[in-house]
Amino acid sequence: MSGRITRDEAAHVARLARLRFSDEEFDELATQLSAVLDHAADVEALDVTDIAPTSHPHPLVNVTRADEVRPSLDRDEVLAQAPSVDDGQFRVPPILGEAP
Amino acid sequence: MTALGIAAVVKSGERTALDVVDEHLARISQRDAEIGAFNLVLADEARTAAREVDAAVSRGDAVGPLAGVPVALKDNLCTRGVPTTCSSRMLEGWRPPYDATVVQRLRAAGAVIVGKTNLDEFAMGSSTENSAFGPTRNPHDTERVPGGSSGGSAAAVAAGFAPLALGSDTGGSVRQPAALCGVVGLKPTYGAVSRYGLVAFASSLDQIGPMAANVADAAACFEAISGHDPLDSTSIDGARDPVVAGLGQGVDGLRVGLVAELCAGSARLQDADGLDGVSAVEGVAADVIARVDAAATALEAAGAAVTVVSVPSAVLGLSAYYLVAPAEASSNLARYDGVRYGLRVDAANAAEMNVNSRTAGFGAEVKRRIMLGTYALSAGYYDAFYGKALRVRTLMLREFAAAYAGVDVLLGPTAPTTAFELGAKTADPLLMYLNDVCTIPSNLTGHPAVSVPFGGGDDGLPVGVQLMGPALSEPVLLRAAAVLEQAAPSGGGAP
Repeated sequence: MSGRITRDEAAHVARLARLRFSDEEFDELATQLSAVLDHAADVEALDVTDIAPTSHPHPLVNVTRADEVRPSLDRDEVLAQAPSVDDGQFRVPPILGEAP
Repeated sequence: MTALGIAAVVKSGERTALDVVDEHLARISQRDAEIGAFNLVLADEARTAAREVDAAVSRGDAVGPLAGVPVALKDNLCTRGVPTTCSSRMLEGWRPPYDATVVQRLRAAGAVIVGKTNLDEFAMGSSTENSAFGPTRNPHDTERVPGGSSGGSAAAVAAGFAPLALGSDTGGSVRQPAALCGVVGLKPTYGAVSRYGLVAFASSLDQIGPMAANVADAAACFEAISGHDPLDSTSIDGARDPVVAGLGQGVDGLRVGLVAELCAGSARLQDADGLDGVSAVEGVAADVIARVDAAATALEAAGAAVTVVSVPSAVLGLSAYYLVAPAEASSNLARYDGVRYGLRVDAANAAEMNVNSRTAGFGAEVKRRIMLGTYALSAGYYDAFYGKALRVRTLMLREFAAAYAGVDVLLGPTAPTTAFELGAKTADPLLMYLNDVCTIPSNLTGHPAVSVPFGGGDDGLPVGVQLMGPALSEPVLLRAAAVLEQAAPSGGGAP
């Protein structure tokens, strides 16, 4: 198995994805993700520069609707599912300060 | 009893919907401890809904085409006020504030929702072993997996817990478990069925589809749930051809193409011309290929013309999919941040709280896919991986369009093997991913495909064969599936 993803890279990606792993988990992930990327070598090796990308199976243009007022979700019902609520709003820990 | 048979006797008043639902609830309580198909059984709600159907029948009101039919819902479909977990600790106890469009349409058709079925967490997996609430077992052999990710829905239909179930299919998650459990599973055209209220995995690939014990029931369920929905901006607008009405029309004159790349070892490939240098996907078992060949012969006997067709990019599907789907998943699952719903594990600041919540709430496979997708989208790798995978998607669309210029439908296997033993593939993610190798192309192209049981493998377990077609070809796909159903040999027996 090639080491396509190093532990440092895995740690960087984990920071981007807001996930935390133990040393053991990082070792396993690096191996498993490298195996998937090895399999993807067939795609990586293709010369497809002249082919346009398809991000969606149907060619969609902007889908719009009439700008009309319509009912939205019930606020109390939505807030009832939140982990923490204060005065009709979602409550979170401080967002300023040092990032992890 | 079939779903359409139930609807007929409920409508005529011969049998009450309550009696029907009680019979199914009794089966669930007898055997689901062993199978584990359901995350939640909605006995009281189902009885209430059945009584409403019965009241409408006795008043002489019009009732829908699925009147009194018990239906099981994959637990990633939102049900208002009723827990919707995605088999994840992240959403344990979450009660959605709205119903999925398919849930509303099933109710409008008279169906009775009996419960929410187990899945691989957030629909990521091929065995229903990645569930936070334990695995589902295959009703044909409880030491084996039911497939996944809609394994709970497939097992529920196979065990007779409900004649109909809904699953979702992002890379084969309706068709592969249908094949392994010996039931019919349809992945509709992308946009044919509204995704509103389906918890998102990979938005350009996800599609909700019916699972049933027979083709006509699957067709009736598809008719009930499909159609334009303004709440899903990718929903296809416009009139559709009826499906159920044409099921008996047969396949006389239908042009069928056996996909060379999915059928290594087929006797038909050895006889075909112009296939030198064709590379096929690996790992499709000989007993599965034998069933596909037999299905081709059965279609010929019914008047279809079968040829061998090459779609070279089909072999690239797996690699492209495991870049595109995790990339979209990593973006979609960013919403689980511990703020508005789902698990929160608190910390001194919000960013740390996000990390704590996601680390505690997601299982290993979901984390693996988020990591893979985040990597594939990250600076320096985007063009090499995600960008190329999108270009492969274009290549596949072109090649399938070329194939459909010469044939009406394509034929191949659904899953590479019959149901495997629990734990057999959990240690090697790539080995598990290979289960999807035959089903993925239809997700990348957005085309419909159906798996229909066609006898058993060497181990006596069910084998499903897959029919694929161009966009909105569900009527012809299900018509051909009905022919195969009639011709299917015994084997793959009753669960």
